[in-house]
Amino acid sequence: MSDVMAYKPTERRGETFSYLPAMTPDRLRRQITYLIAMNWNPAIEYTEPEKAQSSFWYLWKLPFFGEKSVDRILTELEACHRANPGCHVRLIGYDNYTQSQGTAFIVFRAGGR
Amino acid sequence: MSSKTYQAGVKEYRKMYWTPDYVPLDTDLLAVFKVVAQAGVPREEAAAAVAAESSTGTWTTVWTDLLTDLEYYKGRAYRIEAVPGDANAFYAFIAYPIDLFEEGSVVNVLTSLVGNVFGFKAIRSLRLEDIRFPLAYVKTCGGPPNGIQLERDRLNKYGRSLLGCTIKPKLGLSAKNYGRAVYECLRGGLDFTKDDENINSQPFMRWQHRFEFVMEAVQKAEMETGERKGHYLNVTAPTPEEMYKRAEFAKSLGAPIIMHDFLTAGFTANTGLANWCRENGVLLHIHRAMHAVLDRNPMHGIHFRVLTKCLRLSGGDHLHSGTVVGKLEGDREATIGWIDLMREPFVPENRGRGIFFDQDWGAMPGVMPVASGGIHVWHMPALVSIFGDDSCLQFGGGTLGHPWGNAAGAHANRVALEACVEARNQGRPVEREGREILSEAAQHSPELKIAMETWKEIKFEFDTVDKLDAGPALRVVNA
Repeated sequence: MSDVMAYKPTERRGETFSYLPAMTPDRLRRQITYLIAMNWNPAIEYTEPEKAQSSFWYLWKLPFFGEKSVDRILTELEACHRANPGCHVRLIGYDNYTQSQGTAFIVFRAGGR
Repeated sequence: MSSKTYQAGVKEYRKMYWTPDYVPLDTDLLAVFKVVAQAGVPREEAAAAVAAESSTGTWTTVWTDLLTDLEYYKGRAYRIEAVPGDANAFYAFIAYPIDLFEEGSVVNVLTSLVGNVFGFKAIRSLRLEDIRFPLAYVKTCGGPPNGIQLERDRLNKYGRSLLGCTIKPKLGLSAKNYGRAVYECLRGGLDFTKDDENINSQPFMRWQHRFEFVMEAVQKAEMETGERKGHYLNVTAPTPEEMYKRAEFAKSLGAPIIMHDFLTAGFTANTGLANWCRENGVLLHIHRAMHAVLDRNPMHGIHFRVLTKCLRLSGGDHLHSGTVVGKLEGDREATIGWIDLMREPFVPENRGRGIFFDQDWGAMPGVMPVASGGIHVWHMPALVSIFGDDSCLQFGGGTLGHPWGNAAGAHANRVALEACVEARNQGRPVEREGREILSEAAQHSPELKIAMETWKEIKFEFDTVDKLDAGPALRVVNA
């Protein structure tokens, strides 16, 4: 049994990519590039951590319909984070063909990870 | 009709049921059978016999035939094609008028199409390869009670496949020990755990006790991870009454998903349960025990793509599809063919994938394919490539067999999945660079690293028994 590593007390997670190391600027940029290449509509949501279980987080402005600039999306993510430093901030790719989200992942996690 | 007179006796089937000039209607239900006739029976006669025996015909003329318009109601063999690489077999295409079938009843369709005709003496073997359900018929069926889009929204999971695990040993655990195994998997990072199909309500663990402990495990893991979780509570039961009782209890405990075996329990039970799930907002996971009895023999039985279509019409939100890469049977192109049939709104004819007809599903929701059986972290790159995001990847032994236990096993799978998804999104060829992608991810995850060491050498390279007949549409014999 000495070679068995004990699994830690459960940590809070945040769905897709929350089991990978926190996104670096380069990795984040590449995921945004993918979202745009898929023709999804970017949107930003944020919430206080204690309300994160709800389906509905606060919507930051409106979805950025037709936005193709990685830099402008990054700027909005940072603006949302600056205005709401105690909140989780996630990026969504709305897929209006499936009426679902092609992707959604947390970019800024309240209190880091 | 009045010009016809009654003549008792036996007529050749082809006089009435072989109609090579017939152009099928958009509302016809079309079927293609692979037929091997008994020696001396001409192909047209055998094809016509299949059309007759699966629709209006019987072995002899009866006077009551003349009381109706059999020209309207009869099935028609309208085309014969050679089977590539098999001189004895041929494909018989048959068109059935839609009014032969009760609305919303795959039970009724199957009772006709795979009924008495499969024991018919003039036929040596018979396999139902594909059915084209006309959109007019599709619209009469309930279909998946929730569908992929609703499942994602309920569970808050986007941009990746879902991850599951079947709890083992499949039989013999007590309810609390079973719940322990569930809890460890879910807290480690899986989205779902699953009852094995033969877990129903045995003396060692009655269903109520299992449901209670499992739901405590699910809810604790949800609370701790902040992610939504579920366990497929198997409500397959000896009677429909008992099945509904179990479903109601699962709902009362807050279970987001239940499970059913559609072939052993039957389509009547399944369709009823799907309706219940739609009305009660519960997801329905479908297992397929007994399918290989029906679909594995390439010469006789029912192809799995037909069972897939029937299940989508009857109703289910998940369906096991095979893995291509794991321990169970399944050719890659054929598997892609039937996973398309599960989840796409329209699937065009594609003989390279064994699909004989265009199939229009209209607005019917999709079924999420479930890849389960003999898969582990090393298979993840291939699974992400083959199945894409709208799928559930289930690692049973590949989670529970981890040297550090279920939570670490679950964690390893989740890291591997997210690493493959991230790499795919970056445009990397995930299957070719699978080793590098997993190795990079393992640098941040000791759980993944040891999983990769544990399962490094395992491969499954037996050839498939049921291969596609291959090749694009070939020579049309009667053309």
